[in-house]
Amino acid sequence: MTIWIDIAALDDIPQRGARTVRTAQGCVAVFRTFDDRVFALDDRCPHKGGPLSDGIVHGHAVTCPLHAWVFSLETGMAQGADTGAVATYPARVEAGRVLIDAERLMARRVA
Amino acid sequence: MTQRLVVIGAGMASGRMIEHLLDGAPEGWDITLFNAEPRGNYNRLMLSPVLSGEKTYAEIVTHDDGFYAARGIACRFGETVTRIDRARKVVVSQGGETPYDKLVIATGSAPFIIPVAGRDLPGVVSYRDLEDTNAMIAASRPGAKAVVIGGGLLGLEAAAGMAARGADVTVIHLMGHLMERQLDPAAGYLLQKDLERRGIRVHCKGATKAILGHDRVEAVLLEDGTVYGADLVCMAVGIRPEVRIATDAALDVERGITVDARMRTSDPSIFALGECVEFESQLFGLVAPLYDQARVLADVLNGGDAGFRPVQTATKLKVTGCDLFSAGDFAEAPGREEIVFRDPGRGIYKRLVIENDRLIGAVMYGDTADGNWFFQKIKEGTDVSATRETLIFGPAFAGGVQSDPLAAVAALPLEAEICGCNGVCKGRIVQAIEGGATDIAQLRAQTKASASCGTCTGLVEQVLALTLGDAFQKPAAQPICGCSDLTHEEVRRLIKAQELKSMPAVMQELGWRTSCGCPSCRPALNFYLLADWPLDYRDDAQSRLVNERLHANIQKDGTFSVVPRMWGGVTNPRELRAIADAAEKYDVPMVKVTGGQRIDLLGVRKEDLPAIWADLNAAGLVSGHAYSKGLRTVKTCVGSEFCRFGTQDSTGLGIALEQRLWGSWTPHKVKLGVSGCPRNCAEATCKDVGIVCVDSGYEIGVGGAAGMDVKETQRLLKAGTEAEAIEITVAFVQLYREHAKYLDRPYKWIAKVGLDWVRDQIADPATRAGLIERFDLSQRVYQKDPWAERARPDAARRFRPVADLSLEAAE
Repeated sequence: MTIWIDIAALDDIPQRGARTVRTAQGCVAVFRTFDDRVFALDDRCPHKGGPLSDGIVHGHAVTCPLHAWVFSLETGMAQGADTGAVATYPARVEAGRVLIDAERLMARRVA
Repeated sequence: MTQRLVVIGAGMASGRMIEHLLDGAPEGWDITLFNAEPRGNYNRLMLSPVLSGEKTYAEIVTHDDGFYAARGIACRFGETVTRIDRARKVVVSQGGETPYDKLVIATGSAPFIIPVAGRDLPGVVSYRDLEDTNAMIAASRPGAKAVVIGGGLLGLEAAAGMAARGADVTVIHLMGHLMERQLDPAAGYLLQKDLERRGIRVHCKGATKAILGHDRVEAVLLEDGTVYGADLVCMAVGIRPEVRIATDAALDVERGITVDARMRTSDPSIFALGECVEFESQLFGLVAPLYDQARVLADVLNGGDAGFRPVQTATKLKVTGCDLFSAGDFAEAPGREEIVFRDPGRGIYKRLVIENDRLIGAVMYGDTADGNWFFQKIKEGTDVSATRETLIFGPAFAGGVQSDPLAAVAALPLEAEICGCNGVCKGRIVQAIEGGATDIAQLRAQTKASASCGTCTGLVEQVLALTLGDAFQKPAAQPICGCSDLTHEEVRRLIKAQELKSMPAVMQELGWRTSCGCPSCRPALNFYLLADWPLDYRDDAQSRLVNERLHANIQKDGTFSVVPRMWGGVTNPRELRAIADAAEKYDVPMVKVTGGQRIDLLGVRKEDLPAIWADLNAAGLVSGHAYSKGLRTVKTCVGSEFCRFGTQDSTGLGIALEQRLWGSWTPHKVKLGVSGCPRNCAEATCKDVGIVCVDSGYEIGVGGAAGMDVKETQRLLKAGTEAEAIEITVAFVQLYREHAKYLDRPYKWIAKVGLDWVRDQIADPATRAGLIERFDLSQRVYQKDPWAERARPDAARRFRPVADLSLEAAE
């Protein structure tokens, strides 16, 4: 089941930037790319725990601010020579609002 | 049997519907056509050519009096329908009641008027009908001032039309680039450039605050304080469906009048079509779907079973000389890829968006010849995986196998032009290579190929590689990053030479291969642009690495360090108390003294940063920029004030230098030291600029470092007075700002350009004065405490999560 939650206006997130959402499981980074698409990923680099929301957003990827690992915003997979992945959550824009699917965030709490 | 049909609104959709209806059943209908405008059907899309003078009103009339007379249509033009009585099936207007069997509502849309003071002044128009058009034509005397609010399709057509008639036109657009719904920033940039070339001023990110004037409009005031004089203001910020009559009649209305696929409203005898309807939550503003609706409705009224299915539409701008095209979808849903092509010489930009091996969107500027071919591919959902490599080149390359760029260059005829700037063809380059040229530099010297804008460098290299074969060696110069073949130095030179003043301008004119750059080029471009164009360019926070974006140094655990500025390394009890209080209040885990004579508060949480900054600001402390590629610290010894060996007031000079230089951005960090005597207690001789005081003045050295490389400063110049020492230092820093490659410390830059060249520049009085003047100009923009700006509540909230779902989850 999908539970779409309205978290913010699209304009609350800078283009080619990110904001975070606090959840019971830790922070989720919500990215807005140059073409106004949004992506939600765990805000924690699998390498050394860097806050991905503070990285540079380029194309549909983000570079971790600590050691420059690059992750696809679409798949959460590390790019290039690095291996690892970040959990992703469905996110979309509707009428200028950003919605994320809180199903898994809630499910983990119940479990 | 003849049925009575009443149509409210004689727009393009209802006109087309009536044609289809009577084609299907010439004798079946007794039609009454109401129109609030005092005229019949004309091609509203063609108002732009009427405005610009390319067409007359008579030429755009689609249905003249003869058309209506021949078909027995009762025309009630200039008469507004005020009410629908659904129970009795009549419409009410000034002329009385008109009964219907079937009713069609085609009231179109109304312009959206932004609710600012002065919107009702005479001289403020929208752009919807012939009256508006005529008002604009009347106002567009040569030299008259016109302001268009709204940089969308309609606004730009209005602007271009009035400009063509000689008016001095300014477009004010709320968003960052023109036509943001149809275009991406790169195409928006090219469009703006084309419009500016025809004399139209464009002001993006401009919010209208008020329209000024006494008896009629005189000027437009923006939120940022800008005022544009105006004899006429055209508001073209958007439209909304005209639904009042349907709402009054209690039909189902959302944003538009709700209809089903058979164009029927919630009353089975009442239909609607055009810009006033909403179908499956969609509104319609372009003509293609409206004509579809007209065809469907005519068929339904004649007893057919047609249904309306919205299809994607493409946009073209009807401004002569601005060639743009956009179609399909650019937003939402993961899994998309893009292909970008740019030809700076011809001002061409193309971007394709692909999802699941299918083309789903296209934006083109400058060359839109292939637009319909791409649009067809979008509509058909063709699998493009096999032709992907050459897809962007359009139908000319479709099915071809030349995906290897070298093969494509090999296939070029000898007369094909390689360098557009200098008109050099492939044959001339091959000739030079056969004559002995073996690298790019020699080719540039002999043929001028790639010697101007440099964007054909890659092509010239490919010709070299092909002609030389195995003897070809890739040049050693490193490109700025994977997005471009140009080096940092070439990019800097071209930013100045071509006066490129924005990130999209650089990426377009220099042929970037990506749509928005990468983490290597973006911070560099951001610095080059702000250093060269301090007044025109606006710093882009999203192109800065984390420390400079957040004005604090990120630590390994994601916390930050906070270093307040201590001018020349001097502090006092009040500041120390404030620092101690802040350290306790925010549970700072470590307080450490730095090598640059500052105090570092380590381990501050991101969301606490604005608050701790506000507390430190209250004690007069500002950001120490310990995180920036900019002026870090000026380290001093106590000098002649206290030291028995001191020859000059080194502390005072250090403070003066720091107060002059703080806040400036540089290619890499800049550290200064001022020692009061040659014993050099401030370790000035391993700083980027190190001043050692002597009895007779100030020895100024540059290019020191004590990091990965340890370098001793080299002597630049000697100053006789403190004022001259400051001038020389400022001029040196500005020269470094203007010429060095991003991330080159001064010693690396000096090694490239030579200390003698640097000294010659700064020793020359006119050059020195120019450097100082440009530095001070930049400081007027950039010498601001970033902490104070971010400690304000509206900015501070950006340091906190945008939402908190943990509370919700804990319920």
